[in-house]
Amino acid sequence: MKPNNVFDFEKPIIELETQLEEMKRIAEDTSTEMGPATSELEKTIENLKKNIYSNLNRWQRVQISRHPDRPYSLDYIAHITDDFIELFGDRNFKDDKAMIGGMATIDGQPVMIIGQQKGRTTKERQYRNFGMPNPEGYRKALRLMKMAEKFGMPVICLIDTPGAYPGLEAEERGQGEAIARNLMEMAVLQTPIICIVIGEGASGGALGIGVGDRVYMLENTWYSVIAPESCSSILWRSWDQKEQAAEALKLTAEDNLRLKIIDGIIKEPLGGAHKNPETAFENVKAQILQDLKKLSALKVEKLIEQRIHKFTSLGQSDESGAIKSSPKKTIARVSEEV
Amino acid sequence: MPWFKREKDNIQTRTEDKNETPDGLWIKCPNCKKALQSKALKKSQYVCGYCDHHLRIGSEEYFEILFDNNEFTELDADMISGDPLEFVDTKPYPKRIASSVSKTGLNDAARTGVGKVEGLDMVVACMDFRFIGGSMGSVVGEKIARAVEHARAHKMPLLVISKSGGARMMEGALSLMQMAKISARVAQLGKEGLPYISLLTDPTTGGVTASFAMLGDLNIAEPEALIGFAGPRVIKETIGQDLPEGFQRSEFLQEHGFLDYIVHRKDLKSKVVLSFRMLMNQIVAKEE
Repeated sequence: MKPNNVFDFEKPIIELETQLEEMKRIAEDTSTEMGPATSELEKTIENLKKNIYSNLNRWQRVQISRHPDRPYSLDYIAHITDDFIELFGDRNFKDDKAMIGGMATIDGQPVMIIGQQKGRTTKERQYRNFGMPNPEGYRKALRLMKMAEKFGMPVICLIDTPGAYPGLEAEERGQGEAIARNLMEMAVLQTPIICIVIGEGASGGALGIGVGDRVYMLENTWYSVIAPESCSSILWRSWDQKEQAAEALKLTAEDNLRLKIIDGIIKEPLGGAHKNPETAFENVKAQILQDLKKLSALKVEKLIEQRIHKFTSLGQSDESGAIKSSPKKTIARVSEEV
Repeated sequence: MPWFKREKDNIQTRTEDKNETPDGLWIKCPNCKKALQSKALKKSQYVCGYCDHHLRIGSEEYFEILFDNNEFTELDADMISGDPLEFVDTKPYPKRIASSVSKTGLNDAARTGVGKVEGLDMVVACMDFRFIGGSMGSVVGEKIARAVEHARAHKMPLLVISKSGGARMMEGALSLMQMAKISARVAQLGKEGLPYISLLTDPTTGGVTASFAMLGDLNIAEPEALIGFAGPRVIKETIGQDLPEGFQRSEFLQEHGFLDYIVHRKDLKSKVVLSFRMLMNQIVAKEE
């Protein structure tokens, strides 16, 4: 493993693994039998891994969700589909490289797959705009969803974005409007929609392809209203409180399951999807197949009714009016707070 | 040894607190800085008589401007916020809510009501920027979603007045889901053929722009309101250069095709009602 892709909390594991390798090398060089010693060390490493990875705090999960070796949307598509025809463009302005999509078959079943795409090398990252779509990305996604609706294909959305792009031209072309339209159209799209957070789920940029009949998160991903760093900079006026912000935001898969924002957590291999991508692909595929079967059995009216109910039930408020107050009467009260 | 000594370490009064003019007498126009008499300002619907600046106002003022004789029935007035995340930043969320409640006399950042506007039955939802920056958490989301439902159930047109910094951080992903909630209700309202006008006022940004505020049959705005998805500061940091004059203002958005029209506050009531009557295919009496 490249040392720059190792997190601080993983260092004890790496140390032992280096020791183990060294031990094996010496055993080979000197032809000495070290069987019991190495297997004991292997056992220790295994236990240490289990211990570390099952006690990750929220910020550590965020770090894993951003690991540069983590599989991205196109990796999932390559491994879980039989055939894939990528489709480009929003028929309006251009093709957004940060939002990919196309028709595919999964175990023979045609589906429309859409997802944000990050890049791995510096060049790729720029090409994919770091997985931050512009308005044309959301419009491309909607175009593909409407096509799926027309031809009765289920829609699969893979969410992995640090946010919708906050640029000057994105504003000119209506970033807000593009996301808003997707929320409204997806709520009543007449075909099943399955959404899976495979990496980062940052705010409106994620939700813009996140309104589905089933919403899942992989084990080491995050999904919230804002990234912990930005939250820290706004609430604490410093970038240093990101760990505290991650805790406060309750942004992990477990948190979101408890808040009923997602329907389930898809297991990752020990240490994260990048440690053994095949396992991650298999688990994602199994979940999709299971849900496709259930959702396709539903009548479309029932499907939409349930989808709307799912999202309109989210939230927590109290109607007892415990801290009820009467509006203050002032002659003029003008609010200029910023 | 100086001949006087500052007792406190630093100055404790924030600049904005200093400028406060006595309530009920004079208000300084934040644009042209001229002093405006409160009573006259109310008569001019809180528009500066010198520079035409539309001062930021809240639900109380908008309801008074819109509803005939200020008569309306408030919906869900007693709904208050929970603390689903047990969120703590520099202070616990419930404390932040409580201090906003006592400071503003409001229960949260939106109020909804139903009443007659130029004789037309209408549901009006209005956001209050004074309450935690008009941010949208579960209460705002639920109240506006129910207002949309009320319009649908009673076959009334819907006006939503947005003024918000976006989704509320202290309720995390639940705030985000309010965007989906209201958008779903707006989709249902649309299927019934009932008109929805979204009025965007200064400022409307973030998750509110990226949901119901941009989903009106008509999206309209007050002059020179800041409207955008990302805030200007964030964009400036991203692109590393200064933003053009008038960027993200109402006029800019109209020019780029995202607003149907910009309306002066003095014409707001009549133009909204006229728009609704046309959308509802009602016969409009000719003005003599």
